[in-house]
Amino acid sequence: MSPPQEKCLPRKSLPPGIAAAGIWLICACSSTYASQSALQPGGPLAKAIADLFWGMVAIGGIILFIVLAMLAVALLRARSKAEPKPLTFTQSRNLVFVSGVVIPALILTVFVISSAAVNREIVAPMPEHALTIQVTGHQWWWEVDYLDTEGNHVAKTANEIRIPVGKPVRIALEASDVIHSFWIPQLNGKTDMVPGKRNLTWVKADRPGSYLGQCTEFCGKQHAKMAFTVDAVPEEEFDAWLQRQAQPAREPATENESKGRQVFLRSSCAMCHAIRGTSALASVAPDLTHIGSRKTLAAGTLENMPGTLSSWILSPQSFKPGSHMPATVLAGEDLGNLVEYLLSLE
Amino acid sequence: MTDSASIQHDEETRQLERTWASPPGFFAWFTHVNQTNIGMRFIVTGFVFFILGVILALLMRLQLAVPENDFMDPETYNQVFSMHGITMMFLFAIPVMEGFAVYIIPLMLGTRDMTFPRLNAFGYYIYLIAGVMMYVALLLKIAPDAGWFSYPPLAGAGFSPGLGLDFYTTVITFMEISALVAAIEIIATIFKCKVPGMSLNRMPIFVWAMLVMSFMIVFALPPLVIASLMLALDRMAGMHFFTAASGDPILWQHLFWFFGHPEVYIIFIPALGMVSSIIITFTQRPIFGYIPIVLSIVAIGFIGFGLWVHHMFTAGLPQLGSNFFTASSAMIAIPSGVQIFCWIATLWGSKPKLATPLLHVLGFFLIFIIGGLSGVMVASVPFDMQAHDTYFVVAHFHYVLIGGAVFPLLGGLYYWYPKFTGRMMSERLGKIAFWVTFAGFNLTFFPMHKLGLDGMPRRVYTYLDGLGWNEANFFISISSTVLALGFLLTLVNALASLKRGKVAGDNPWNADTLEWATSSPPPSYNFRHIRTVDSRYPLWSGTGGLEQNPVVTGIRSDRREILLTSILESHPEARQPLPGPSPWPFWLAVATALTFAGLMVHMAIPLLGFLLCFIAITGWIWPKQLGAAK
Repeated sequence: MSPPQEKCLPRKSLPPGIAAAGIWLICACSSTYASQSALQPGGPLAKAIADLFWGMVAIGGIILFIVLAMLAVALLRARSKAEPKPLTFTQSRNLVFVSGVVIPALILTVFVISSAAVNREIVAPMPEHALTIQVTGHQWWWEVDYLDTEGNHVAKTANEIRIPVGKPVRIALEASDVIHSFWIPQLNGKTDMVPGKRNLTWVKADRPGSYLGQCTEFCGKQHAKMAFTVDAVPEEEFDAWLQRQAQPAREPATENESKGRQVFLRSSCAMCHAIRGTSALASVAPDLTHIGSRKTLAAGTLENMPGTLSSWILSPQSFKPGSHMPATVLAGEDLGNLVEYLLSLE
Repeated sequence: MTDSASIQHDEETRQLERTWASPPGFFAWFTHVNQTNIGMRFIVTGFVFFILGVILALLMRLQLAVPENDFMDPETYNQVFSMHGITMMFLFAIPVMEGFAVYIIPLMLGTRDMTFPRLNAFGYYIYLIAGVMMYVALLLKIAPDAGWFSYPPLAGAGFSPGLGLDFYTTVITFMEISALVAAIEIIATIFKCKVPGMSLNRMPIFVWAMLVMSFMIVFALPPLVIASLMLALDRMAGMHFFTAASGDPILWQHLFWFFGHPEVYIIFIPALGMVSSIIITFTQRPIFGYIPIVLSIVAIGFIGFGLWVHHMFTAGLPQLGSNFFTASSAMIAIPSGVQIFCWIATLWGSKPKLATPLLHVLGFFLIFIIGGLSGVMVASVPFDMQAHDTYFVVAHFHYVLIGGAVFPLLGGLYYWYPKFTGRMMSERLGKIAFWVTFAGFNLTFFPMHKLGLDGMPRRVYTYLDGLGWNEANFFISISSTVLALGFLLTLVNALASLKRGKVAGDNPWNADTLEWATSSPPPSYNFRHIRTVDSRYPLWSGTGGLEQNPVVTGIRSDRREILLTSILESHPEARQPLPGPSPWPFWLAVATALTFAGLMVHMAIPLLGFLLCFIAITGWIWPKQLGAAK
């Protein structure tokens, strides 16, 4: 488990000491990609955009400085005792033409060309056999499907994306309800997920690590709590992980887990969630086949631990008001078994 | 033409007063049609909505001051941020700019009223009723909650089933009637009511700016009216214009931004006119580059219609086309640059008087240039893919809208206040207010650039701890109170100066345009003598100024009458009688509002509304013999 999950802890649920330690940890990690900043790129696309940004800031800063300096000189001259000496007509005309038309036109030409050049990198065609991940936006979570080169479905997960480091990955974006927008600031700019359309984007992570993402198109009540993580791992590790994810859920190993599965299947859980390998096959809500291997719950809202998971099941509305998950009333023992079962699904 | 100093209470003056008087009394208030009355109502109502918008912004900052705050639930926050946008764009910016136009333009043109006084009053009541309805909805917690942009499918019936979005579609649709009628009236007045001698090339730059603004309204608002009607039909009758199933959600974005981007310039262009007016007056010299400035304003008006797609760079449109919109967006920098350097050339070597209005213009320079530069940045498709829908964009457009429009507007308020009220606002308090506003503005909005690049999206009701956003958000929330204090000081100044301000006289700033050639506040008939003009700066021209110029004669004073002149050269063409006070504009506005609002409740109410509209229109146009002298 890598550090960024700490970010998902609600502050209130922690004793102050742990919170302070958490904050320290986050600060310590902020240099190692545990941030959501577009200015700390983790891949070539975000890097190209960040470079473009700094170039624009430099030139813009110079322009701002020069114009304000001219304004200041104009005003300070007025303060001097000497009789004011206005610009002659020719001087004024040349000032306006050169600094108001010629210079901006030249700078803007360079700007448009460099912007288009960076844009070309971003929309460059992908290698035919690149890995494709299909991400579907839902109110308020992310459905993640791994496709093989023929476009066949390999594995399904939610709210956490894993990619092989150093490889370009094609991301196909869809939405099931309203418009969402898929953004991983450290890897690439955002692209909208529009219902009825399929948009494409791609990412490549230069170094292993965890990158944070968030929905950036207003999508209703819980737009604020619709985050996800992207973990870049070495390719062998990725392949092994994907194989595990493609498997159906493991069978209960203990009696409690077995009871937990019974609870899952006979309560309202199975009406929305799927656990592959059981009779629960609904696709309204996140697939829980390997929920035990995930770091967060409810699209980055809570850390995935027994305590938070049971609170979430009992009362999702107190963590994410408006969420489409209804509260589930369960007896203490049933809840315990259910949580034990779910967390065993690695 | 110093009427006020020596109003001769001759028979004709008394007759003019009788003819143009607005009847006193509460109920008669609803019959007033004089342009100064209606213009002032637009301005005051606009500023009231501005205050409400600021209060909503402060509530948002209170919620966002700390992570995971539970001051507001998401539903409330979404209504508040939506209403903040709707208020500032629809209920404050356009009406207040139109208010300045309605009040000042006839005075600048040297005419006694606008061409369609009753239409003017009708537009005001539509606006007032629409604004009140929106705030009633907010108080009842049924305000729109999908943003001022209300993208479907979120804004469709499926995902926003409540009344909130119905308020949005119906109220936005009929509210735009107000902006449209005012725009048409401003255009007609500018073209046909210039005083003889004021040919187009002698018209004040402020008037040019308002003319361009009005044309932009005429072309930009109908797409919004159509789009919001289509959305209403989607919601109420299942028409599937914008649904994913058999319509296209992207179509709404095109239509909305085809209005929405020009809207920004509709707000910004009048401010450019105010800046030019203030610079001319406080440097006490003709502006350098009248023609380039006018052409720049017109150019912005045209280019403003060609860059709406830069709001949709992340929607998945083809990239080649998007690059074209990068170029057109960047192009705006050139006419803006031309104006900035014309102003600098005018300031250079003058002895500018650093009074409060000019201070606001200098503040405008700094803020607007920063906003312009960040605007060029977000015009770049790749950079916009990072900045779009983050706090970087929030910072950017507050820099251009507050810096580019609100600062000149406040400058304009200090500048024209003596004309509106007859008294000066306090200079000392004005300067303090300026510096507090200026500091508060930059402290509030500059850090948002960083916050956006650090990954904070817009329109979030809260954020989790530990993303590195806490300090910036807390700082911004504190700073926003400084900004609000600055606005409050100006408000206090304006209210206190009503009674206590120094008496202004006709022309306290020694300005050049005709509104300063009459008393402050102007009489109901604007000018006792209408004098022809012979230069761009009529009050400064020649040795004796305007006093030497011939007076227009033959305009009747026993009935409301104005002189119509030709568009280009302002040759006198005709005398036009104008209608006087009437309650019908008010009743028609009520009937119109009932027709639209009734859609939300029951289909029978619009039918009743149509009937009432018919009655009101009949009453409005019921023929009467004009000008029967008493």
